Amino acid sequence: MRCAVIQFAGSSGDSDCFHVFKNILNKPVEYVFYKESFAPEDFDLIILPGGASHGDYLRPGALAARSRVMKSVIDAAKAKKFVLGIGNGFQILLEAGLLPGAVLINKDLKFHCEDVFLRVENTDTPFTALYKKGEIIRLTLACKYGNYFAYSETIKDLKADNKIVFSYCDENGNTNLESNPTGSLENIAGIVNSDSNVLGLMPHPERCAEELLGNTDGIKIFQSIVGFIEGGKTHGKSC
Amino acid sequence: MFLAKVYVYYKKGVLDPQSGAIKNAISDCGFEQVRDVETGKFYNVKIDAADKATAQKIATELCEKILSNPVIEDYEFDIMEA
Repeated sequence: MRCAVIQFAGSSGDSDCFHVFKNILNKPVEYVFYKESFAPEDFDLIILPGGASHGDYLRPGALAARSRVMKSVIDAAKAKKFVLGIGNGFQILLEAGLLPGAVLINKDLKFHCEDVFLRVENTDTPFTALYKKGEIIRLTLACKYGNYFAYSETIKDLKADNKIVFSYCDENGNTNLESNPTGSLENIAGIVNSDSNVLGLMPHPERCAEELLGNTDGIKIFQSIVGFIEGGKTHGKSC
Repeated sequence: MFLAKVYVYYKKGVLDPQSGAIKNAISDCGFEQVRDVETGKFYNVKIDAADKATAQKIATELCEKILSNPVIEDYEFDIMEA
């Protein structure tokens, strides 16, 4: 498999993602600069990393979503290649229209830098196959604009089609107002598109991917997608 | 040359906690007459166009493609010769 980590101006999660693939999973990975373009067949997996790309100017992810490399990312997504957006990468996916909805400023107007609990709602995706349905995991959140918003019809579709992948919860798995750090509708922390080949999530699995950092709850996202791609499975109806 | 004064603001029904916080501060300052506050963004855009109708068309496209996010925001603009 071949993995690309996109570097936007101001990305800060790029080297963490690169490290996960190169040093933890020992998989080929390369950086692609936001002014470059590539062909859909060049990569199996494309990571849009976290960090305030382009200074979060205009709206978080708005300028990155309109950069040259995103035309290639959109083409790759259409060709059923896999795209994973983390933090700001999730915001870029929303701004680019690869995922439905938008983000607003957190309900308390604060930047949240803390560990959060998530419930894995959907394990029937190439990104979450190694988790157990309903599993409670702990990941690091670092965002000011993490308050997921969408029209009620969109929310209804996401629920009906089982496209909500991660929800904010407490350590016992309860999803409620208190366990929702950002104010996201339906406690949404991560969603997939209709074909389940594009995942966006606000918390940072790459920062919770090795023992040295004291938390490995995030590594299964990367292991799942690598396993899916290397398993030679075509992207079928199972996801 | 035309100048477009563009205003972008949240759609009705979209939570804007910043407005609430500002409204609270206004009340704390004693402005009891102030009932509501909405926040938004403002852009001055200079457009090189042959006539006003063309400038309007460009400004509309600009607002829809870049300056606003149609999921959460509405926009309006005034166009004048500059």
